[in-house]
Amino acid sequence: MNNPRKAVALISGGLDSLLAARVVMEQGVHVEGINFFTGFCVEGHTHAIREKDRARPKRNNALWSAEQLGIKLHIVDIIEEYKDVVINPKHGYGANLNPCLDCKIFMVNKAHEWLEAHGFDFIITGEVIGQRPMSQRKDTMPVVARDSGAGDRLVRPLCARNLPPTLPELEGWLDRDKLFGFNGRSRKPQMALAAQYGFEDYAQPAGGCCFLTDKQYSVKLEDLWKTRGTREYDLDDIMLLKVGRHLRPRADFKMIVGREEGENRFMEGYRKRFVHMIPVSHVGPLVLLDGEIDDAAIELAARLTARFSKGRDAELVTIEVNNRKGGSHRLDVTPIPADEIPADWYI
Amino acid sequence: MSETRVDARNLLCPMPVIRTQDAVAGCAPGDRVSVWCTDPGVVYDIPAWCRVHGHAVCDIRQGENEIIIEIQVGETD
Ligand code: SF4
Repeated sequence: MNNPRKAVALISGGLDSLLAARVVMEQGVHVEGINFFTGFCVEGHTHAIREKDRARPKRNNALWSAEQLGIKLHIVDIIEEYKDVVINPKHGYGANLNPCLDCKIFMVNKAHEWLEAHGFDFIITGEVIGQRPMSQRKDTMPVVARDSGAGDRLVRPLCARNLPPTLPELEGWLDRDKLFGFNGRSRKPQMALAAQYGFEDYAQPAGGCCFLTDKQYSVKLEDLWKTRGTREYDLDDIMLLKVGRHLRPRADFKMIVGREEGENRFMEGYRKRFVHMIPVSHVGPLVLLDGEIDDAAIELAARLTARFSKGRDAELVTIEVNNRKGGSHRLDVTPIPADEIPADWYI
Repeated sequence: MSETRVDARNLLCPMPVIRTQDAVAGCAPGDRVSVWCTDPGVVYDIPAWCRVHGHAVCDIRQGENEIIIEIQVGETD
């Protein structure tokens, strides 16, 4: 083929999008990948932050997929625009704060805009009917195609034979018989196809591709929205929800307590934005305070900080308290006994 | 041949990769881009991004507090 048709594949870093792109490449189509960064992606962050994760070699799975396929990968920052998807999902949330159906529609729409700007012919996703209860059902497939604006230029190579033919199939750019008819939650057909193509060591995310599917994370985000009285957020807010122990000892302030060296180092980058404290007489965590910080809040937070330090059994622990302007003072406090920390202070 | 410096310090992956991608988009083949970062993950991600796009990583300098990655832009399209 002299002028191959061009397709843009949504590459999440998981197996399905890897396979979907490969199936289409097999038919002589020029494929490039696109990957969206929402700020909630599991990709990379915890690795950068947490010391214990550094033992594993780091890898961006979307880039890894692109390398396996030998295609270009365009990574697009959608942090700002994505807020509306998270805050006002038309189709609601899944089990946690994951707006999967709206998210899919939004991403396919973005891919469609990219396609038009770059003169590509169609879009590929790794969706499989029945694979995910909220966003990948027989009745949601046409919704994604319609509401994203992609229409019949959206091809799902792994389950295409269970869906009406798309433009690339009708035009003969793709041979429908060489596409697949996967259906349901089983991963076996994908694993078999991966073996056939020689893909090994691919990523297998358990819940989904982002933190919004995580229960603990969603509880913290809900708490942030509720206590601020607004659902607005910025990248720093949602990054900090991935780090540390979060405690709310009073309705009007929250503490973020570093759990280990890597987290403390990461949190240091936020020192100018928050009142923060650190034990100086004993080894202990960096603690950021978010909210209304009066003297009583500082006293309580200092006693809790002492509790999380190596001086938890000491009579007094010295805590350095730093304000946002760079000023600091020291407090000698008694660590709060463990049985005086109500379980519901932990978010 | 131009030289561009990208400040991606205090950003976590994939933001340094996105900043690199944006800078490279405005470059011609042969141009140099140096990316200043603090996230240790960049030593994997930026070279991987360069490999899939055909750019060369000329040098990775790892200091105590920052990592500097030097890139030579390949054929762009
Ligand atoms: S898991 Fe997250 S990124 Fe994936 S579709 Fe759902 S909301 Fe979107």
